[in-house]
Amino acid sequence: MGGFDFSNHSRNIALHAKGVPLPQATSTGTTIVGCLFDGGVVIAADTRATSGPIVADKNCQKLHYIAPQIWCAGAGTAADTEFTTALVSSNLELHALSTGRKPRVVTCMTMLKQHLFRYQGHIGAYLVVAGCDPTGSHLFTVHAHGSTDKLPYVTMGSGSLAAMSVFESKWKGQLTRDEAVKLCSEAILAGIFNDLGSGSNVDVCVITPEKATLLRNYIQPNQREPKMRNYRFEKGTTAVLSEKVITREDISKYVTVHELGEDGAAGTGEKMEVDT
Amino acid sequence: MMFSLGTSIMAINFRDGVILGADSRTTTGAYIANRVTDKLTQVADTIWCCRSGSAADTQAVADIVQYHLNMYAITNNAPPNTQTAAAIFQELCYDNKDALSAGIIIAGFDHRHGGQVYSIPLGGSLHKQSYAIAGSGSTYIYGYCDANWKEGMTEEEGINFVKGALGEAIKWDGSSGGVIRMVVLTAKGAVRHLYLPDNGYTGPGSKPIS
Repeated sequence: MGGFDFSNHSRNIALHAKGVPLPQATSTGTTIVGCLFDGGVVIAADTRATSGPIVADKNCQKLHYIAPQIWCAGAGTAADTEFTTALVSSNLELHALSTGRKPRVVTCMTMLKQHLFRYQGHIGAYLVVAGCDPTGSHLFTVHAHGSTDKLPYVTMGSGSLAAMSVFESKWKGQLTRDEAVKLCSEAILAGIFNDLGSGSNVDVCVITPEKATLLRNYIQPNQREPKMRNYRFEKGTTAVLSEKVITREDISKYVTVHELGEDGAAGTGEKMEVDT
Repeated sequence: MMFSLGTSIMAINFRDGVILGADSRTTTGAYIANRVTDKLTQVADTIWCCRSGSAADTQAVADIVQYHLNMYAITNNAPPNTQTAAAIFQELCYDNKDALSAGIIIAGFDHRHGGQVYSIPLGGSLHKQSYAIAGSGSTYIYGYCDANWKEGMTEEEGINFVKGALGEAIKWDGSSGGVIRMVVLTAKGAVRHLYLPDNGYTGPGSKPIS
């Protein structure tokens, strides 16, 4: 029979009635932050991806490209942050091409919030949107249900409380670029060390009206120590008890053996066609 | 977890127009996601609204109303009335009542009707009022407002009424807090006010609107 098969739906209802929980998506139990400074904006993220209690990726990238001067840090469901930012990036480029203007951060934020609101929170993307456009430097947060905030410094993800404590105690107005980078990476470090869902390295992205600079693995506070001993077994550690050589003549009694060579008749299959 | 504006909001009529007021706390469960939220949202030049309920829902509704009022102003070559804005809000809130959690107060000034205050509670009904209070913190100030309300107050009296009421709401309601934001709408346009908890909500006061 052709057509769609909805039997899994009944199965899932039955499982749910029995109290079986839904499978967990790979989620970025994350620390992401952003901070405006005098002449631009910085965003930063940790690099741990988790699937339940398992560290799925020790060095993933949570800083997503949207446009040359707009970048986005993502927390929540990894696949959702990835696809939502990719979709908006694509649409924003088409929009920039058709209007003949540089894309604006508010436009990006509006596209994200309207997309996420339409899906009523089922798309689990929690984003920090930052960038520079002809109207200035901007920093927003966008939550999965479609609400947005505009603030001079923001944190999101499971490590947001640890990161916010750094901002609330150390932030001041009129930061320089270097001060903003230091503050953001310190906030991420607070998440890495104090939040179980966050870990590994610090990624930073600095955006100014001139250019955006991605500082991948800006700080690596969790480098693996080199092994103090070599555990490789020396050749000859295992005793050779017996040795047996099977010749081609012997094996060809049971199977067909083709000669393989540069000019052999059987050769190595077909030659590849190459334009000259 | 849904973001909600466990809120204290209000709007009042006074002699020369209307005043909108709000606290600035946005919460996710027990965490304050934003302590300086702006719950007073502009939908036309001199028509503003106070948002309570889900942040996502009220922002979406306000954005749609703003779009409709923009279109209205362009096609009719005249600014919309406050009642028109309130009617659009009501249509959205009533038609989608099963999907929304939004309690909105609309206040505006137009030269035909002067200042007006409308309130749209959860079910999507529309009420024209001399003053309106809403949000979780409003339950604590029904007595305060009823005891202190006067028809035809001056601007200074109006500001002190709103400030006093919201001060009590913030004091007693755990879901409300932060700063007090206000917008004064008169024939002269919109003026923003800000009052910080640092100095007992005495200042800095009015700021020229951008």
